[in-house]
Amino acid sequence: MKKKLLSLILTAVMAASVLTACGTADSKDSSTATESTEKEAIALEDFKVGVIHIGDPADGSGYSFTHDQGIVEMQEELGLEDSQVIRKNNIADGDAVATRTAIEECIEEGCQLIFGTSWGYMDTMEELAEEYPEVMFSHATGYKSNGTNFNNYFGRIYQARFLSGIAAGMKTETDKIGYVAAMDNQNSEVTGGINAFAMGVESVNPDAVIYVKVTNTWFDPTLEGQAAEALLDMGCDVIAQHQDTTAPQLAAQNRGAWSCGYNSDMTKDAPKAHLTAPIWNWGVYYTLTAKAVMEGTWDAANYYGGMDDGLVDISPLSENCAEGTAEKIEEARAKILDGSLKIFEGSLFDNEGNEVCKEGETISDADITGNMTWYYKNVEVK
Amino acid sequence: MRESSSKRHYNEPLARIVKKDAMSNQRMAAYSVFALILAIAAGGVFIFSLGYNPFKVYATIVSGAFRSSISTQGTIKIAIPLLIASLGITHAFKMQFWNIGAEGQIIMGGIFATYFALFHSDWPHWLLMLVMCAAGMLGGGLWALIPAFFKTKYGTNETLFTLMLNYIALYMIKYLAEGPWLDPKASGFPKIASFEKNARLDEVFGVHAGWIIGLVLVGVVYFYLKYSKQGYEIAIVGESENTARYAGMNVKKIIMRTMFLSGAICGIAGMTQVSGAAYTLSEGVAGGVGFTAIIVAWLAKLNPFVILLVTIGFSVLEKGSSVMQSSFGLPTSVSDILQGIILFFILGCDFFTRYKLIFRKGGQKNDN
Repeated sequence: MKKKLLSLILTAVMAASVLTACGTADSKDSSTATESTEKEAIALEDFKVGVIHIGDPADGSGYSFTHDQGIVEMQEELGLEDSQVIRKNNIADGDAVATRTAIEECIEEGCQLIFGTSWGYMDTMEELAEEYPEVMFSHATGYKSNGTNFNNYFGRIYQARFLSGIAAGMKTETDKIGYVAAMDNQNSEVTGGINAFAMGVESVNPDAVIYVKVTNTWFDPTLEGQAAEALLDMGCDVIAQHQDTTAPQLAAQNRGAWSCGYNSDMTKDAPKAHLTAPIWNWGVYYTLTAKAVMEGTWDAANYYGGMDDGLVDISPLSENCAEGTAEKIEEARAKILDGSLKIFEGSLFDNEGNEVCKEGETISDADITGNMTWYYKNVEVK
Repeated sequence: MRESSSKRHYNEPLARIVKKDAMSNQRMAAYSVFALILAIAAGGVFIFSLGYNPFKVYATIVSGAFRSSISTQGTIKIAIPLLIASLGITHAFKMQFWNIGAEGQIIMGGIFATYFALFHSDWPHWLLMLVMCAAGMLGGGLWALIPAFFKTKYGTNETLFTLMLNYIALYMIKYLAEGPWLDPKASGFPKIASFEKNARLDEVFGVHAGWIIGLVLVGVVYFYLKYSKQGYEIAIVGESENTARYAGMNVKKIIMRTMFLSGAICGIAGMTQVSGAAYTLSEGVAGGVGFTAIIVAWLAKLNPFVILLVTIGFSVLEKGSSVMQSSFGLPTSVSDILQGIILFFILGCDFFTRYKLIFRKGGQKNDN
């Protein structure tokens, strides 16, 4: 009996010691003392830039590759040594621990500026910006900023989407165009891209319908390919994508269909299928920001550049494009550049028949980036 | 007699494996150190073959783990869940119950703790921490109890059972992140919201308090397994269930209790990960720690103090490898290969501490 009691007590002690250890840590406020927010200029040889990639730039195509091309351009523009750019590759953006570890390692290396290139890093970067006020954090494709050392950058890729929609609309014979989308309509970036693409299609081919399939992932070659296959099975003969890899392009090529890529020129990946791809020239932003941080003039304001900055464009049209595509696209491009074509201007109807933008009005940038949850009238989600 | 013995000689294979007598601790330690040196040498050859200076790379690994206070803290952060989970697994292994499910038990601990972090973040801080810790233990413990129950009741295979429960737990996070616990501010990105400050584990010397829990557990687990009656029972059940039964022990009860404890400790690792490291519940909460913990516990021969040492070694390797990767531009897979080489030698050494090879002597065949 005594022994039983002893063992009971032991178990209790064990549990208690664990619990008290949880509790004893006195609540030390984690916020570090924020000294003067004045920023100092950094000498070129002391400047270090960190980059967090969701994929591996060595893939040679797609999202991370495109961002890294921008980093390389920035490095050359500024004249940084290779050792002054720290890359962390293959950091899953759904894994908060891995994200934090990767960014902290960049800080350890002495980076004064860190670019995070995928959506899921945003909250972690926001927190680290508070913990490390002397380091500048710049995050792609999100919406938050703190006005001192953390911002978001993105661009009017919808302008390029519209142009690629023209190429797709002129090419399709079945009047069914497939669109492999990373996220559902709750994500403005994806939804806005689909809508602009659909409007581009409509401008040259009012009969065509855009079938959307959502994968719920930015990066998964298998799922991306499977979604494209499913769309091809439904009779689509052009496949567009908002995904990070070339898998949908390859699926289209295997079936003898056509395709529009994304991020980088994918003609080299699917030469028999690819028409043109909306592409990013991130170097424009990276160079701008790195210079500003070095000079101590960075204001951490959110950046939203367009075709006029050279941040977004479409890749050169391939030989697969239908006749007359180049002319139509040039016409639209000129209008976008001179401001007469704003794309998201009324009157616009969604696919449930509601008027989402009235005649003579335009949709604000805030709504384009954060609040576009409707699909354009010729879009069907499958 | 003579004939049969000569026949046996004739059929004797070139080499055979024989179990060794128990080795002294010093001898065993010497073997391990020797294996480690061999592993480092073999890894060096590999690095050299890639065109890098192995001395430089190794120096980077070690200095990378401790070069600044941030990196030392980073190394400790890697060590915390590994240490706690290894201690948890040790209970089950001591009983020769092959709990491969630490990964899932960590995750369930994280899920249970996250519930309170998300929905009761307004509670007083100390109370919330205690409740989250208790919830983590309950989550991990209950998850471990499932295979224990089926093992004692129906004799199911615990290795497969615990392994498969890992994947169920992982998909549960996916479900929660996409459905009931979806962060409304994430624009449809399937993630769970970051915890409020109040629901985060406090930091002590720059690292979340999980390290204190881990160190306390080292002592407590050592004492529990070595000197308590329950610890003795665990050891007897591990050696022979029949002996335990003959001695009047309630084997089923011991198995269930021990597995609950094993899972509960792993659950603490889940709690410290979500509240101290990630500040949210994400799919990376366990991140393979539950599997590495098996190796750690095994290499340490289930001794809590040795577990602490081995954990530190693994953490240095992991942290340093990641630094090596960015400073030399080596791909991630290189550090995986290095870890693999080291494991290969150390596990090989483990084999030679238990067994020896006996080679056939050339002359014996014809001596009759």
